[in-house]
Amino acid sequence: MQFFSGSVDSTPSPAAPPGTASGLSGNNANMLYIFNRNGVCLLYHEWHRPLRTLDAQQDQKLMFGLLFSLRSFTAKMDPTSLDKGNLGVPLLPGQGCSFHSFRTNTYKLSFMESPSGIKIILVTHPKISDLRDSLRHIYNIYVEYVVKNPLYIPGSPIKYVRKH
Amino acid sequence: MAPLAPRSGDAVFANVERVNAELFTLTYGAIVRQLLTDLEEVEEVNKQLDQMGYNIGIRLIDEFLAKSNVSRCVDFKETCDVIAKVGFKMFLGVTATVSNWDAEGTSCSIILEDNPLVDFVELPDTCQGLNYCNILSGVIRGALEMVSMKTEITWVRDMLHGDDAYELRLKLLKQVPEEYPYKDDE
Repeated sequence: MQFFSGSVDSTPSPAAPPGTASGLSGNNANMLYIFNRNGVCLLYHEWHRPLRTLDAQQDQKLMFGLLFSLRSFTAKMDPTSLDKGNLGVPLLPGQGCSFHSFRTNTYKLSFMESPSGIKIILVTHPKISDLRDSLRHIYNIYVEYVVKNPLYIPGSPIKYVRKH
Repeated sequence: MAPLAPRSGDAVFANVERVNAELFTLTYGAIVRQLLTDLEEVEEVNKQLDQMGYNIGIRLIDEFLAKSNVSRCVDFKETCDVIAKVGFKMFLGVTATVSNWDAEGTSCSIILEDNPLVDFVELPDTCQGLNYCNILSGVIRGALEMVSMKTEITWVRDMLHGDDAYELRLKLLKQVPEEYPYKDDE
C-alpha cells in the first residue's frame, strides 16, 4: 500500500489547507474501499477516521448500498438519455450514466466502477480535486498485484502486508 | 459521454510486455500434449481446456479493461468488435474479423486468419475430435461473463481440421442485470 499512498501524493490536485487534512504521511485520503459486483468488500483501508459509528461490516454494507442506490438514481435523473429503466429496476452494468464523486462539507467521495463490477471508492478531504486518474491508477495496481497474483482467489478479500 | 473504445489494439499492444511467440506456442502445445496423456479422452481435454480458458478469462478481463480504457460494455455488437479488434491484438498480436450477424444481433462469428497457437501443430488421426484452441473460447466466455454477458461459444471452422480459417460462433444467451447483493433481513 506504500505504492498507493505515493500515487495520491503525486496527483496534480491542490493540497488541502494546512491543519485540515489528516496530517498523516502527507496523504489526504481518509478511507479506501474496493468492492466487487457481489458486494464483497475486497479491501478496506483507513488513514484517518476519527469517528466510527458502525461495525466494519455494517459500514461496508452501507457504503455499497449508497453507491448502488445512487447509481440507479443518477441514471434515472439523466436529462440527456432515453436509456433508463424505472427507478429500482436493476440496470445492466454500464447502462445509463454514472457519477464520479460527490462532496459534502466534511468529505469528498470519489468513485469508479469498471465494467467488470470492481468499485473503487476514495473518501478524502472535501478540497481535493478530481481523483479519476488516481482511481484508474489504483485499478491498474489492483490488476497488476491482485488479479495477476496466482495465489489470489477471485472474489475473496485481499490480504496484504503493510510495511512501514 | 463515456470515452470511446479504441478502434484498434495497436497502441496497447506496443506497450505491453511480450514473450517470444515460439516459446508461447510450444508451451501451449506442451500443455495440450500433457492433458492428452493425463486425461486420455479427447472430449475431456476439450472440457479441461475450456475450463482453463474460463479461469483465465475471468481475470484477464480486468487487465483488458485497465489497459484498453474501455469503460462500458453494454452493447453486444460493440463488445464483439472490441474483442476482435482490440482484445485479440492486445493478447495474441493478431486481429480477427466479426461477421455473420444474425437478424436479432445476438450471435456472430469471430474469424481468425492467423492463429499463433497452432504453429507447428498437426493433429494425428486419433485426435480428430480435439478442439486444439478450445482455451480461446473459454477465455472469451469467462471474460464476457464478468461483464454480465452469458454466452455460448462453439468452433465452426478449424484449420487443423482442414478448413480455411478459424471461426468461433458467439451466441449471447442473456445479459444479467445488476442485483442488490444483500438481503434486507441480514
